Amino acid sequence: MAALGPQAERTRLAAAGARSVTRAAILSGQPLKDVIKGRIFYALLLLALGLALLGLAALILDAVIDGRSMLSLDLLTNSASRISPETAGYANAIYGTILLIGGVLVMTVPIGIGSAIYLEEYADRTKWWNRVVELNIQNLAAVPSIVYGILGLAFIVRGPLDLGFILFAGSITLSLLVLPTVIIAAREAIRAVPPSIREGSFALGATRWQTVRRQVLPAAIPGIATGVILAVSRAAGETAPLLLVGAATFVTFDPTVFGDNGYTALPVMIFNNAKQAQPEFHVLAAAGIVVMLAVILLMNSFAIWLRNRYEQRW
Amino acid sequence: MVTTTAIVISLLEPSIDFFGQVSLKEFLFGTAWAPTFTPPEFGVLPIVLATMVTSFWGLLVAIPLGLGAAIYLSEYASPRARKTIKPTLEVLAGVPTVAIGFFALFFMRPVLEDLLPFLPWSGPQAAGVAGLAVGLMIVPIIASLSEDAMSAVPTGLREAAYGLGATKMRVATRVVLPAALSGIVASIVLATSRAVGETMIVLLAAGASPNLTVGFTESVQTMTAFIGQTATGDIATGTVTYYTIFAVGLLLFLMTLILNMISIRLVRRFHEAYD
Repeated sequence: MAALGPQAERTRLAAAGARSVTRAAILSGQPLKDVIKGRIFYALLLLALGLALLGLAALILDAVIDGRSMLSLDLLTNSASRISPETAGYANAIYGTILLIGGVLVMTVPIGIGSAIYLEEYADRTKWWNRVVELNIQNLAAVPSIVYGILGLAFIVRGPLDLGFILFAGSITLSLLVLPTVIIAAREAIRAVPPSIREGSFALGATRWQTVRRQVLPAAIPGIATGVILAVSRAAGETAPLLLVGAATFVTFDPTVFGDNGYTALPVMIFNNAKQAQPEFHVLAAAGIVVMLAVILLMNSFAIWLRNRYEQRW
Repeated sequence: MVTTTAIVISLLEPSIDFFGQVSLKEFLFGTAWAPTFTPPEFGVLPIVLATMVTSFWGLLVAIPLGLGAAIYLSEYASPRARKTIKPTLEVLAGVPTVAIGFFALFFMRPVLEDLLPFLPWSGPQAAGVAGLAVGLMIVPIIASLSEDAMSAVPTGLREAAYGLGATKMRVATRVVLPAALSGIVASIVLATSRAVGETMIVLLAAGASPNLTVGFTESVQTMTAFIGQTATGDIATGTVTYYTIFAVGLLLFLMTLILNMISIRLVRRFHEAYD
């Protein structure tokens, strides 16, 4: 052993050296250039995400700061006014939005869920017309909202239905706008119910309808609810189509569903105030935005929370 | 199904009346847009160009920010960070556009003028500012959909690349990005379609003067802004102005239809590749 001493020493040294060099090459041995490039890339990614979030946060903060002098309960209970923006509020507009959304819910929930059940549970996907319907719905979901406004103007306000500029016409227009979203979301929810649940139900002698009614629908409810809430929050924030179907008029009273003396909605009123020349109206608009954002972001958060909570149940 | 047919009919019928009074050539190639003036001019080019300019600025901002955010979320973020940031982005995607328009007009416009005083700022409205605001609107769409596409890239591809000694950045840019490309492009095309069809932001922040210009600080009128502006005024049914809304609407519908079809096709292809 003693004779081998220096040699062993050298061997150990060589082994350690070889080991550390190899390790260094594998673990941290990326050329310095690559390490720096990687760091810069990472910083740029963080910057991109930061800027995106910062821009949207600035939007909310700006509305709160601009509108803070008007933020009080009076804002929700006072009527609109052209003359004194200091005492004006959004009571009529909020009431109008609630009526509009009520109409949207009544129309889209049954039609949306019905279509989704048909497409998922009953439709034969090898038939070409069902594929056309599918493509069609996907495409409708991405048609600009103002085109729905034109449709509403030509078909609902005038043309075949000839309802005139009433709140109900606005409700139908918004329903058409969000219906594809509701159908797509409801279909996803129904599709996520595993086939084994259906097969189990069939094996116990249930009919197709009983299976859908008692097994598939209850299991898909959270998913469908998510879609409906997101659709409603979209309808609540839409302005453009309403401009075309009559919500542009200045209204200082609570609108009714079929009344033909004009109606308005919260986002339309905000738009009208933002367009006025006097800065007091801009404060009013900012305060309205805070109210609208609070409601809509809360609805969206609830919907997304619901989705994430039920995401992996099976 | 009924809705599409109704949209097509409702756009086509009045458009035919419109083209009975204004020639297609004048509509598509005329360079002046003044349908309410006497004598009226019906050249659609200024408002189409305005739509393209605002969408261009929007995409210029939204593509790098959206993709950067998507790569970070899919490749770098810890599961916990991802679980909080992605829903936040999705919630913010629901901000009504009238709020973004207000923000563009009363916050972004003055701030940008302070930052870039050498630009020829004039009136309160500017095409570029509206475009940047449109970008802010579509960032969450690009980020969220691209992140979905990148997360769908099989882990095996990443591991293989690491096994060959690739750095994290190289895996992200040379492996994940190309593999998710069709999904990413689809998200960008869909975002473009949203930008083209966006009304409230451009109505508030880009203005109502149909100028044939590509300037950043100039006031322009986009196709959607024209429809919104004209419809809020009182116009009698049956006049040429009334029909103009439908002709412009038809053109807008066709433009977004093509974009949507491309996007749907791309998404379908990317589903087939990895499912």
